[in-house]
Amino acid sequence: MADLVTLPQAPGSRPAKRRAGVGEFGRRSLYSVLPPRVQRQVSAYWFMIGAVLCFALFSWYPMVREIIMSFQGKRLNTDGLPVTTWVGFENYRRIINDPTFWTAWRNTLEFTLLALLLGFVVPFFVAILLNELRHAKGYLRCLVYLPVMLPPASALLLFSYFYDPTYGLFNDILHTLHLPTSQWVLSPGTTWPTMAMISVVIAATWMNMGGATLIYLAALQNIPGELYEAAELDGAGIVKKIRHITIPQTKMVLSMLLMLQIIATMQMFVEAFILDGGQGVNNNTESVVYLIYQYAFAMSSASNFNSASALGVLLLIVLGIFSGGYLWLTRTRDRLSRPRS
Amino acid sequence: MADSYARSLISATQLNRARGKIVYRIVLTAVIVIFTLIFIGPMYFLFTDGLKSTQEAIATPPTLFPHALHPSSYSTAWTEFSLGRLLLNTLYYAFGALAFQLVFDVAAAYALSKLRPALGNVILAMMVATLMIPAMVLIVPLYITVSSLPFVHINLIGSPAAIWLPSVANGFNIFLLKRFFDSIPRELTEAATIDGASPMRVLRSIIIPISRPILAVVSIFALVAVWKDFLWPLLVLGGYNPPRETLNVGIWEAAQTAPQNMVLAASAIAAVPTIIFFLIFQRNILAGLTAGGIRG
Repeated sequence: MADLVTLPQAPGSRPAKRRAGVGEFGRRSLYSVLPPRVQRQVSAYWFMIGAVLCFALFSWYPMVREIIMSFQGKRLNTDGLPVTTWVGFENYRRIINDPTFWTAWRNTLEFTLLALLLGFVVPFFVAILLNELRHAKGYLRCLVYLPVMLPPASALLLFSYFYDPTYGLFNDILHTLHLPTSQWVLSPGTTWPTMAMISVVIAATWMNMGGATLIYLAALQNIPGELYEAAELDGAGIVKKIRHITIPQTKMVLSMLLMLQIIATMQMFVEAFILDGGQGVNNNTESVVYLIYQYAFAMSSASNFNSASALGVLLLIVLGIFSGGYLWLTRTRDRLSRPRS
Repeated sequence: MADSYARSLISATQLNRARGKIVYRIVLTAVIVIFTLIFIGPMYFLFTDGLKSTQEAIATPPTLFPHALHPSSYSTAWTEFSLGRLLLNTLYYAFGALAFQLVFDVAAAYALSKLRPALGNVILAMMVATLMIPAMVLIVPLYITVSSLPFVHINLIGSPAAIWLPSVANGFNIFLLKRFFDSIPRELTEAATIDGASPMRVLRSIIIPISRPILAVVSIFALVAVWKDFLWPLLVLGGYNPPRETLNVGIWEAAQTAPQNMVLAASAIAAVPTIIFFLIFQRNILAGLTAGGIRG
């Protein structure tokens, strides 16, 4: 209908268009003899060029570059100048033989598991709780999300102040409650779960749980109320309702956030870096990304981009397995559910 | 969406019973008090400990209220760490990145959605596939690339472009924008094309005015991402280049040597703009979170 209404105006707009064509004749002559379909293609590529160049330079190319660099190394040639050559798996061999390699993986895994325990489970129950409240909704939502907005350096410097073993707030609270005090992030222990890593996870959870909580909250509001009513008629209590309705109904969101959280927490860096310099006492908070950073930038004399790339490739493979596994699992679920619907 | 009463885990009848009402009141009060303590409590110390003297800030036991107010630590921190400079830097990087992302990503998503170039699907798939690559994994080759761009050999280290340009390569932006543009009816853009509008005119006069909500979401994500980033600005602008650092990196560097009350004062100042930003845009931010979080 709208097309019909605008049709009478079309002849009026035609001269204007022709005028534009004449005015730019010299510049656009070649362009305007092309068929419209081709013109459209050309302009489409002009629109994309900025983004495509940025993706190519800062995403696709570095990806390939990382893999190539992980198989290269610097050797001295006959003139004593360093040249880049292929070294096969030498970089991988070197990083695997580095004793901190396994420590870093162990710590990263420890952080991921603890962060899932706190950062995945806690927000879910917080969201269920918030969903039941009929008052102060907006206030509580803002409250939970506020730390997410803080610059991480602000939040983490504040936590390192709280964690200070001599004048920190947390030890003071423990002291007034007559509980044993702790060294928090500076705890020297290396047996699982280390106090140092727990401290890092507490700070990280405080900073980040808002996002997950609000996504769960949105998912909870999409659960049809009739399901709960039906369950009540069958005599289900709160625990049963959560187990048999809330969790299955939010399964998609839960599993997606689980994967995103695993990928995010496996890349832990800034939390430990600001709280205790990244390594912690006895390397007990040193993560894989911190080790990459150390290989590439921190060892001033022996900075080694090739070893760092090799470690990056290994991390990429591990994370790829996680996300590939996730995609595979959700795909089979789709296939199973399709005949039913 | 429809705000008619949607029931949740516990039914309204249960809540309306006398016992239900009491329990609900107790739980509500407890939740409000505990959540305020957990989430605002630390921020209370962030702001008040900046007002303490250096001795009091590291006194055992810590004091709940400053004995004597020392607002001077705020002003000293402001001048000592040149926080004004850092704040301006961060704003400059954040809004620059926003401008680049809006121009390049909107144009690309528009072309992919409405102009349908040959190989468009391949390009789209390659862009969205970068979502699967964790950012930290590429930090080393990205640093090397930025320090010497291939073919042209330009070094971007220390220039704002080192933050702006890589931020354009954001698969999530392309995904969100393209999905939104796809939902704009084809008849609308085709009618304009028949009336003689160029692709640019269609983008300016039809697509962008309709897409305000998604542009708001993308803009907020872009600003917050630059504001919160730490390692990348530390590598490309920090360390050796203090007048160009971001706020985040600057206060971390200050914390290495400065006394505790100054560090907290600086952290508090750094937190204020984000808190104000959040309070102004909280509706959009919280809505954008679920728009981006739940796909399909």
